[in-house]
Amino acid sequence: MTKLTFIAHDGTHFDVDAENCSTVMENAIRNAVPGIEAECGGACACATCHVYVDEAWTAEVGEPEAMEEDMLDFAYDVQPNSRLSCQIKVRDALDGLVVRVPARQG
Amino acid sequence: MTAITKTDVLIVGAGPVGLFAVFELGLFDMKCHLIDILDRPGGQCAELYPEKPIYDIPGWPSISAQGLVDKLLEQIAPFKPEFTYNRMVSSLERLEDGSFRVTTDENEVFEAKIVVIAAGGGSFQPKRPPIPGIEPYEGKSVFYSVRRMEDFRGHDLVIVGGGDSALDWTLNLQPVAKSVTLVHRRPEFRAAPDSVNKMYAMQEMKQLEFQVGQVTGLTGSDGQLASATIKGPEGDVEVPCTRMLPFFGLTMKLGPIAEWGLNLHENLIPVDTEKFQTSVPGIFAVGDINWYPGKLKLILSGFHEVALMAQAAKRIISPGERIVFQYTTSSTSLQKKLGVVD
Repeated sequence: MTKLTFIAHDGTHFDVDAENCSTVMENAIRNAVPGIEAECGGACACATCHVYVDEAWTAEVGEPEAMEEDMLDFAYDVQPNSRLSCQIKVRDALDGLVVRVPARQG
Repeated sequence: MTAITKTDVLIVGAGPVGLFAVFELGLFDMKCHLIDILDRPGGQCAELYPEKPIYDIPGWPSISAQGLVDKLLEQIAPFKPEFTYNRMVSSLERLEDGSFRVTTDENEVFEAKIVVIAAGGGSFQPKRPPIPGIEPYEGKSVFYSVRRMEDFRGHDLVIVGGGDSALDWTLNLQPVAKSVTLVHRRPEFRAAPDSVNKMYAMQEMKQLEFQVGQVTGLTGSDGQLASATIKGPEGDVEVPCTRMLPFFGLTMKLGPIAEWGLNLHENLIPVDTEKFQTSVPGIFAVGDINWYPGKLKLILSGFHEVALMAQAAKRIISPGERIVFQYTTSSTSLQKKLGVVD
């Protein structure tokens, strides 16, 4: 199991055990992390699972692909460390990953 | 007086479940008319993920969302459904004879004995951009679509977005507006490269401005915009802005159906699991928009729901008539309706 931490907009921490190959979004939904809507169900088609990747993790998580960049245009308050959590796959190297949930999803 | 379109069943939403409802209702000789806010059938399958494969449609180990929509259209073709696109249903009233009169946002009037709400996540509507304090300007100086180009004549126009709508309107409104500023979060665009090149050429000739950044603030009063603040890589820039057109994609909202007097449960419509009928007899809800204990938002669950709903609808339309349960595999009368036997 890989450990992930979601920090909700009100500062609440959600520490969850995630299976490798699942997406960060799926783990947010499974653990009822507030502020992740995932309207389209993970198809990279809605930008409502937007998160900020903790600065310490941006290099390991990597950059969004073109399609995800396009969807991020529709997200709220996009920052350089913005990602759509449905496009981040959990793997061993992400053990300890911290992501923050924005104030709102679009 | 507007002509009234009469039909047996009015289906709100032309997604996969609304489409398959035509099939099940058609087997019982009920004629269907579908209304959808999009410009084509398929709902979320067509709008959100047409190319994505679906793996849980029985009999199809893998089928693309658009592929499923195409197959459904082929399957329901024998029943000759009618479609009205680009319309949102607005009001519903019950007539004295028990049928329903439904009016669209463009004031078309439909009368149907049965209404089936197959509206999925709700109607697709333009997404409100993440700009604080935008609400009072909406409909007065902030618009989400262009109805008449004349409305923008002589205005300082700010267009926000990087897709085809944003670029097309930037190019088309440039000759009409006093000034045009296009704002996009990054210098890469989703819009057609040809439009992007034209935009850059016009920027070169100082016919318009292109700013990389995000709109973070608005000034104005009484709904009338005066300026917009753009946060860019080099800090904040304030630009004159008396009209704004944000293009931030679509989101789904229940919309006017919420005002139809149906019981609601967290923006979903509770139904029974025998008929999938709402709290108003004669109005059914199927697919993602309904709720009942154990509900799963799966296309295949929606298909099951419309089969049972059709039985209940038939009992309303033809009271007292015996409903014979038949298989399409063996029933000559069903096969005639499907046009597979003479």
